Amino acid sequence: MCGIVGLFLKNPALQSKLGAHVETMLVGMTERGPDSAGIAVYHSPVAQGRSKLTLFNADEAYPWRKLAGDLGAALNVETDVAQKGNHALLVAETSETAVIDWLHANRTDVRIMGYGKLMEVYKDMGLPGTVAKKYGLKAMAGTHAIGHTRMATESAVTTEHSHPFTPAPDMCLVHNGSLSNHNNLRKWLKKQGQSFDTDNDSEVAARYFAYRLSEGATLKEALEAGLTDLDGFFTFTMGTKDGFAVVRDGIACKPAVLAENDDWVAMASEFRSLAYLPDIEKAKIWEPAPATVYTWSLH
Amino acid sequence: MNVIDLSKTPLREVNSRLQKLPKDTNERLWKLINLHGEHACAVGLTQPIEVQIEGHIGYYCGGMNQEATIVVNGQCGVGLAENIMSGEVRVKGNASAAAGATGQGGLIVIEGDAGTRCGISMKGVDIVVGGSVGAMSAFMAQAGSLIVCGDAGANLGDSAYEARLYVQGRVESLGADCVEKKMTPHHLAKLEKLLKRAGIAADPHKFKRYGSARKLYNFHVDNVDAY
Amino acid sequence: MSSTPFYTPPRWSATFDPHSVAEIHRAAQTGIYDIRGAGAKRKVPHFDDLLFLGASISRYPLEGYREKCGTDVVLGARFAKKPIQLKIPVTIAGMSFGALSGNAKEALGRGASQMGTSTTTGDGGMTPEERLSSKTLVYQLLPSRYGMNPEDLRKADAIEVVVGQGAKPGGGGMLLGQKITERVAKMRTLPVGIDQRSACRHPDWTGPDDLTIKIQELREITDWEKPIYVKVGATRPYFDTALAVKSGADVVVLDGMQGGTAATQDVFIEHVGLPILAAIRPAVQALQDLDMHRKVQLIVSGGIRNGADVAKALALGADAVAIGTAALIALGDNDPHWEEEYKKLGTTAGCYDDWHEGRDPAGITTQDPDLAKRLDPVKAGKRLANYLAVLTMETQIIARACGKSHVHNLEPDDLVALTVEAAAMAGVPLAGTNWIPGKNGM
Repeated sequence: MCGIVGLFLKNPALQSKLGAHVETMLVGMTERGPDSAGIAVYHSPVAQGRSKLTLFNADEAYPWRKLAGDLGAALNVETDVAQKGNHALLVAETSETAVIDWLHANRTDVRIMGYGKLMEVYKDMGLPGTVAKKYGLKAMAGTHAIGHTRMATESAVTTEHSHPFTPAPDMCLVHNGSLSNHNNLRKWLKKQGQSFDTDNDSEVAARYFAYRLSEGATLKEALEAGLTDLDGFFTFTMGTKDGFAVVRDGIACKPAVLAENDDWVAMASEFRSLAYLPDIEKAKIWEPAPATVYTWSLH
Repeated sequence: MNVIDLSKTPLREVNSRLQKLPKDTNERLWKLINLHGEHACAVGLTQPIEVQIEGHIGYYCGGMNQEATIVVNGQCGVGLAENIMSGEVRVKGNASAAAGATGQGGLIVIEGDAGTRCGISMKGVDIVVGGSVGAMSAFMAQAGSLIVCGDAGANLGDSAYEARLYVQGRVESLGADCVEKKMTPHHLAKLEKLLKRAGIAADPHKFKRYGSARKLYNFHVDNVDAY
Repeated sequence: MSSTPFYTPPRWSATFDPHSVAEIHRAAQTGIYDIRGAGAKRKVPHFDDLLFLGASISRYPLEGYREKCGTDVVLGARFAKKPIQLKIPVTIAGMSFGALSGNAKEALGRGASQMGTSTTTGDGGMTPEERLSSKTLVYQLLPSRYGMNPEDLRKADAIEVVVGQGAKPGGGGMLLGQKITERVAKMRTLPVGIDQRSACRHPDWTGPDDLTIKIQELREITDWEKPIYVKVGATRPYFDTALAVKSGADVVVLDGMQGGTAATQDVFIEHVGLPILAAIRPAVQALQDLDMHRKVQLIVSGGIRNGADVAKALALGADAVAIGTAALIALGDNDPHWEEEYKKLGTTAGCYDDWHEGRDPAGITTQDPDLAKRLDPVKAGKRLANYLAVLTMETQIIARACGKSHVHNLEPDDLVALTVEAAAMAGVPLAGTNWIPGKNGM
């Protein structure tokens, strides 16, 4: 029950407008997903030796400054934290792993939405437009972003099961569809060392790709392996530090539209989200072929 | 010409108004503006009116159309003119998946490309595509014609019954029980007529005809690989 | 041990039982799976495993006849301008013209109309006979879309989007060549005499997000007048019910594995899908969790035979039930009157289920005009009406005994179970205890 959008800028001159365009795209998917939205934005890379994490706690009065202080003291590193709604952006002068380990041991009431060198992730309840405004998406400059709008099927709308899933540094995945062999796959991935937060099929796909990437596969190779190993119906859009990828399963029943010109490549569940992109009339517009991996890279 | 602004008039009202036009209406020309990818626009029409849609439209535009002529000056979403009974639905841009699904009559013209499953389960509609069609087009196509001036994606005409498929460009692969068939003067004449009706310039002689080999019409264990 | 005088009876294997052995022989002979009609025949937990707690010192009954026990149902008030009003909580399930003869469809319409309830079209479209004879007609939108057209959509009183049915959740329609006559072929736009292959997924939508858009389209085409039902075979009833509600359905129709079909593979019927007993509580729970119970109605089907079944389905939270197989039996299917002919077909009255062959002696699941004319639509309609009346009265008798002035006031607390399985599936205590397996300890 959802809509997907993704925008990848080839032309650096457009980076200042990334957030504005993605906000428009996201709002276009409101009907498909009015209950909650999630966004992953690749921007403001942190310096060498630092890491950036997006954290969440439902209480907007959560003591983030204390968290940053305690972390800094414990690991003897510089930290900085900025609150945004019920999220907080934490930058630390150490690896993500070190921060995550400390959080798991000392702050179990904080959820890690995403981490890496430049990816920030915001997931919240409400209309996509409301969520975008709350987190200042419009003002975000960057190279690429992926968004997801969701219609919850449970009565309690929470962001527990929201996309994007972020299983590795600077990696995010959104999914439209329904997998059919994810339970067995989850068991196997657990044996390979992956740990899970939810029983969601999309999380299985995300961790599967993270596993493949960690074993040395390129983005394309990981997605191609997924076409064999994952069963069911899916349109995936994935982001990495400098990459953007789209793939549909061999039966290709879930919608997907791609548009590309010299300046950008964009993906959405419906064309209506692409309609306002600059020079859309000059873009090549097509629907991804079944069982075909499409990847773009900044390099 | 009646112009309706979709940003001011709710879609329900638009559809209701168009559907309720009396048989002898003199309000024959309509233009819809300020579209934002709405779904189910101009569906269930019953009179021979003309509706111009200026912009990009969502799913099921022209669904179950009878008699009317609908022109989309933009891109359209999934299920364009699904189950069309008669009349004509034309899109200047691309059509998404399942264009013309289960259509029983009338004409659909897609000047750009169509997505996957163009003409799925078609039951008599004629579909003319100026560009290419995606995979699994004409899946279980029962009757009518699908004409593709560009290429066809994988598994064209899988499990088709009696529909006639004409492709000018490359066919990535043919589906179960779909084979190339002989192009006779009769077929050429029909093809030429439809291309003309669609207003698309193409030489019928450059097309190849495809259709059912009819081997799967009755179950037989020797065909088990095809199932 | 043939040298001894003792008699040792031949011993069947419980695993390789007569049916299994015969079936392997048949498969080896023909190279095709066994196709048949009807629903799951093997014994599964069902309503017989539940009992009502009638009146006692603490609960008082209603007098029959004078003290009213209401049976009316309103379906589809959520969005539609014209909800369906039924006099009784029993509807006739979707069965196609093609699977059934024209006379049978007409008889169903007559009987249902006499008792103030609805019938449903099937995988072949709407026939004029059925629209004329049935006062309240639900029109199915199936994956195949055979015969689908906007005029029939507008003639219908409600629209039922079929995702699946209990006999074959995940399977499409099946009609074999011997029943694809000229008329059937024309309605379905198929060549005469072929074995119809039907799609199992809808051609222009997959998944609840696109179902939402499809339902919107159907409403726009019919000016938001008619209730939209969504029918599923019972597999994941909690999630399917929630998704149907989220997609905008007015009514959810849930069909258990005992639900019949005119034709599909025996393995599909017997091994895919849940018994209806196991599906009702999760579906009702989903409605309650979304605060939609009684706002989005639930119709359940699959093995409804008598008023006790109806009452139990309602007590578990359904708003109404649908009958298919039982309706055909009421018309005259499997009547002992045709025993000689059943014997010739290799079966006996009560067991005949090769409905796909179209050789039905009762003239119901056939397109053969000589057989079909054996069924008089007026007489058969009256039989159906009689049966519906009995179902209703039986439901009322039970409801009154439980102190209810309307059958919708039956509730799970009026029930206990005879077996642990039924107690767990229905979420009611094992008789004589307050143990509900899975919910509370002893």
